[in-house]
Amino acid sequence: MFQDTMLDPAGPVSAATRDLLFESVGLMLIVVVPVFVLTAFVVWRYRAGNTSAAYTPRWNGSRLLEMGLWTVPVTIVVLLWFVVWNRTHELDPYRTIESDQPPLVVQVVALDWQWLFIYPEEEVASVNRLVFPVGRPLTIQLTSDSVMNSLLIPALGGQIYAMAGMQTELNLKADRIGVFEGRNTMFNGNGFSAQTFTVEAMDMAGYQAFLAEARTSPNALTEESFQTLAEPTVNGPLRLYSSVAPNLFHTIMGAHGSMPHTVAEPDMSSAPHHADHAR
Amino acid sequence: MNTSMLLGKLSLDALPFYSPIAAAGAAVIVFGGLGVIALITWLRAWPYLWREWFTSTDHKKIGMMYVGLALVMLMRGFVDALMMRAQQAMAMNAEGYLTPDHFQQIFSSHGTIMIFFMAMPFLFGLMNYVVPLQLGARDVAFPLMNAISFWLTAAGAALVMVSLVIGVFSTGGWSGYPPYTELSYSPTVGVDYWIMALLVSGVGTTLGAINLVVTIYKMRAPGMKLMQMPLFCWTALCASLLAVFALPGLTVAAGLLGLDRYLGMHFFTNDGGGNVMNYANLFWIFGHPEVYILILPAFGIFSSVIPTFSQKKLFGYNVLVYATMCIAVLSFTVWLHHFFTMGADANVNAFFGIMTMVIAVPTGVKVYDWILTMFRGRLRFDTPMLWSIAFIVTFVIGGMTGVILAIPPLDYVFHNTLFLIAHFHNMLIPGVLFGLFAGYAYWFPKATGFPLDEAWGRRAFIFWVVGFYLAFMPLYALGFTGAPRRMAYYDQPEWQIYFVIAAIGALSVLAGIICQVIQLVVSIRNRDRTTSFAGDPWGGQTLEWATSSPPPEYNFAVLPRVNSLDAFEEAKESGQPYVWPEKYDPIEVPRNSMTGVLLGGTSFVLGFAAVWHIWWLAALSLLGVIGIVIARSFATDTTRFISADEVKAHESRWRTAVLAQGKASS
Amino acid sequence: MTDQPNQHPGINISHARPEDGRHTEVTVFGFWTFLMSDAIIFALLFATYATMVNRTAGGPTAAELFDITNAFIETIVLLASSFTFGMGAVALKEGRVGGVRLWLVVSLVLGLVFIGLELREFAGLAARGATAQASGFLSSFYVLLSTHGLHVLFGCLWIVVMLAQISVFGLNRQVRSRILRLGLFWHFLDLVWIVIFTVVYLPAVAT
Repeated sequence: MFQDTMLDPAGPVSAATRDLLFESVGLMLIVVVPVFVLTAFVVWRYRAGNTSAAYTPRWNGSRLLEMGLWTVPVTIVVLLWFVVWNRTHELDPYRTIESDQPPLVVQVVALDWQWLFIYPEEEVASVNRLVFPVGRPLTIQLTSDSVMNSLLIPALGGQIYAMAGMQTELNLKADRIGVFEGRNTMFNGNGFSAQTFTVEAMDMAGYQAFLAEARTSPNALTEESFQTLAEPTVNGPLRLYSSVAPNLFHTIMGAHGSMPHTVAEPDMSSAPHHADHAR
Repeated sequence: MNTSMLLGKLSLDALPFYSPIAAAGAAVIVFGGLGVIALITWLRAWPYLWREWFTSTDHKKIGMMYVGLALVMLMRGFVDALMMRAQQAMAMNAEGYLTPDHFQQIFSSHGTIMIFFMAMPFLFGLMNYVVPLQLGARDVAFPLMNAISFWLTAAGAALVMVSLVIGVFSTGGWSGYPPYTELSYSPTVGVDYWIMALLVSGVGTTLGAINLVVTIYKMRAPGMKLMQMPLFCWTALCASLLAVFALPGLTVAAGLLGLDRYLGMHFFTNDGGGNVMNYANLFWIFGHPEVYILILPAFGIFSSVIPTFSQKKLFGYNVLVYATMCIAVLSFTVWLHHFFTMGADANVNAFFGIMTMVIAVPTGVKVYDWILTMFRGRLRFDTPMLWSIAFIVTFVIGGMTGVILAIPPLDYVFHNTLFLIAHFHNMLIPGVLFGLFAGYAYWFPKATGFPLDEAWGRRAFIFWVVGFYLAFMPLYALGFTGAPRRMAYYDQPEWQIYFVIAAIGALSVLAGIICQVIQLVVSIRNRDRTTSFAGDPWGGQTLEWATSSPPPEYNFAVLPRVNSLDAFEEAKESGQPYVWPEKYDPIEVPRNSMTGVLLGGTSFVLGFAAVWHIWWLAALSLLGVIGIVIARSFATDTTRFISADEVKAHESRWRTAVLAQGKASS
Repeated sequence: MTDQPNQHPGINISHARPEDGRHTEVTVFGFWTFLMSDAIIFALLFATYATMVNRTAGGPTAAELFDITNAFIETIVLLASSFTFGMGAVALKEGRVGGVRLWLVVSLVLGLVFIGLELREFAGLAARGATAQASGFLSSFYVLLSTHGLHVLFGCLWIVVMLAQISVFGLNRQVRSRILRLGLFWHFLDLVWIVIFTVVYLPAVAT
């Protein structure tokens, strides 16, 4: 059941996320467990039938107790602030994962209802299948050719929206070989339920074999063939492309671009970074 | 789709023959509606309903109509939930019995109905009924506007219901995120129904909130200081202020989306310079305070129920008031935690994560205050108290998962998964719905004179609580695996058993709801034995118990003079809980008016016409709305007097009942 | 009902007519609460405009489109209408029916002139292809301005209704209270317009 999920992490990000989960739950139990114990005790002890229990109908406050009531949760929350601040920066999806190898950049385009993965270094592409070598950091750049999508690979961690005309980024890494499931979690229409993709973390030989297989594919990903691919498709097949039109990712972004190739505007605080302005 | 001048986009295609299940649902609505109409006609109850209820401006009757509307919509929203649970229990490597398109309408209408047309009217109903009584007032500040608020809410609810029969409903979820809800991706009328229902009812809610704010600030009994108000009034005040400030966010978000759809503008479109992120911000600037609009009054209900059934004073009144205000203010500073995954800077995400945790502090303090209220009390376990205890225990679990989601790196993993679904149901079912049920059982004898049947109430309680845990704990587990929300089907065999357990939970809730229906029937049938006009069945502490059950139209023959908290309790302590003067004055009350029901009806037509692009009708009904308001502004004879004799008759009848009860108990 | 009636900015009637003060207190407080809610709608539309102003989708920009002279005339007209309404309020305080009528009519005319000027501006923009459908920026511009414009139109309708009520009821307490609330509304719209002028038109000239 929990195999290859955040509870059984396959990479450093999901491992750190799991540890963070346990730490924060542990801290919160300091407040939560007493609630269970006290409620059970009070409800039993002070039931109306138990006339031997103390009864103070007019008692309505106690400065000391009230101070305690504020101090304990405030302390815990202040502790959590430090946790939140540090971990949010450590586990920032935009942060490149430290390694002696440069990250492998994969450009991802969310379609109705498929996933396109472009390997700009290798100039190949695959559909509904993300393959990469174990141990090498992965930098996923995302955009959408349709509505808002969100890419999640539970075994590796992270999730970030893919939005048309904009680029977002997700940095992940796998520490062990495996085949995992990735998917869109943001509802986007009829094919949503089937919009999954295979994630294959391979050794170097396996990755090279994948690239070789891709290069023998008869398909070429041009702007025209992309239009065919982008047609709404449910349960689309795995597909490989032996070549990719130069800069296709940015062309797709520009097609929806409200304002591509401009400086990120002083938008509301949540603005992701626009094309060509990844952090 | 063809558009005609006369009928706009409306044609026979709008009837739900696309799926036998949808057609059956529509048939239930149509025949159910016809059945109710036939029954009322057969009973010749139309004049009575019109005179005593539809045209009423009495805050108590309007409150009861709100609650009635909420209970009907609860049924509808729950049927949606049941259908979803059934679908997901079946749809492992299979299509299930619902098409994706139908399933999407169901989760969208479930969310929209439960938030806007169940929880909101239920709360506004209870606040409407109770707040003026607790304040020792004769009515709300603007009785007619109160009726208008109700009828606009009802018009919005009616639009959602009609979408089941004519056309389709939105598939975009309760939050309606564009660009999916833009015309290019959602070309049907579904989203338009969603927009119009929210806009129409949103006006009603805003007016209702203004009404409560003014009532609480300006209509308190002579001498009652703000810090002497019952806590429920405080929470009603904070929730209403939140509504006044937050609802514009929804109005603007839905309105701009509507302009994109109707006039081809580019607020949230993919092309033309649209900006979907702006929608997320606008919607959640409303959406997060909305959560507290719902939950604060429920906190107020628990703060009324727990002391009463602990036969003890509320612990830490001042702290609870300050905590409520803290929560209200802070609720405007956390909206971004709904989209940590949109790619904002780590500093921004961390800031909003921290702000979210700050809210957990006053909430946690409140929980301990309630436990300390029970400490050294004499606890009676009537159903309102049972709901409250179940709330305390269950709610802290939801609070804990809420803090988990507030930590951005954890949210990256849990966002949009069933963990999130489990979390917010874990807040809203124990936090809001159990509170509403507690309030319903607590104030029911006030409103009707007879209590709800206790045995059936307990059965309902057990089924609901067991059902809640069975239905939502498995969803937490599924969330850990990354199972997303809103799946019509899936291909992971190990998920199915969890969905099956959740479906069993939903069946248990169904049993709970059936018990509640039986409870209502049984209570009405036994009312001859159980009715008590005296008005204080629970040993209440606040002023709503210091009048008869049901209260007279004017609430209090003599406005109580208040100089302490828990005014009724203090009056009892002093040995003189009731004041019956020798001589009464005539009392001025607002006359009935059909303005509310007319405005509601016209707004419904306006919304419907706009959905179907029937522009002549839309224009006509818009003129109708304006005309009705102007016509009403010329009315002068808007109040009437209840004569001193009538008041005296009622008061002496009440006095007899109180004295008889005093004798019986001593 | 607290024992001391509070005073509300904008409706300082308790001095001249203590009776009016008591009766209108609740209504006026409610109206202020409504205005707060309405102000937030405008605030969100301003925020939307601010996020959209550069989203021109290759179409015309603010600097290319806006004519500060016209906006300045609109400002003067609207400010003048606020002044004339203020004169009406003085007449109301002194109980001069004729004065109230006159100043209300003048304010109405100025309000209609403002709407006319705005419509003329819209027509001019549309003729140059700058319609609300042309870009996100223009959508937000038109919606912000028309929301204000529709408020002014509503205010004009309200003035007409009040003129009718003066004829039917004379200056009774309710009519006086309504005219004063209408005044609050009218001045509020002025305030919103000043912000529009500052946020929409001035930056367009400055760049």
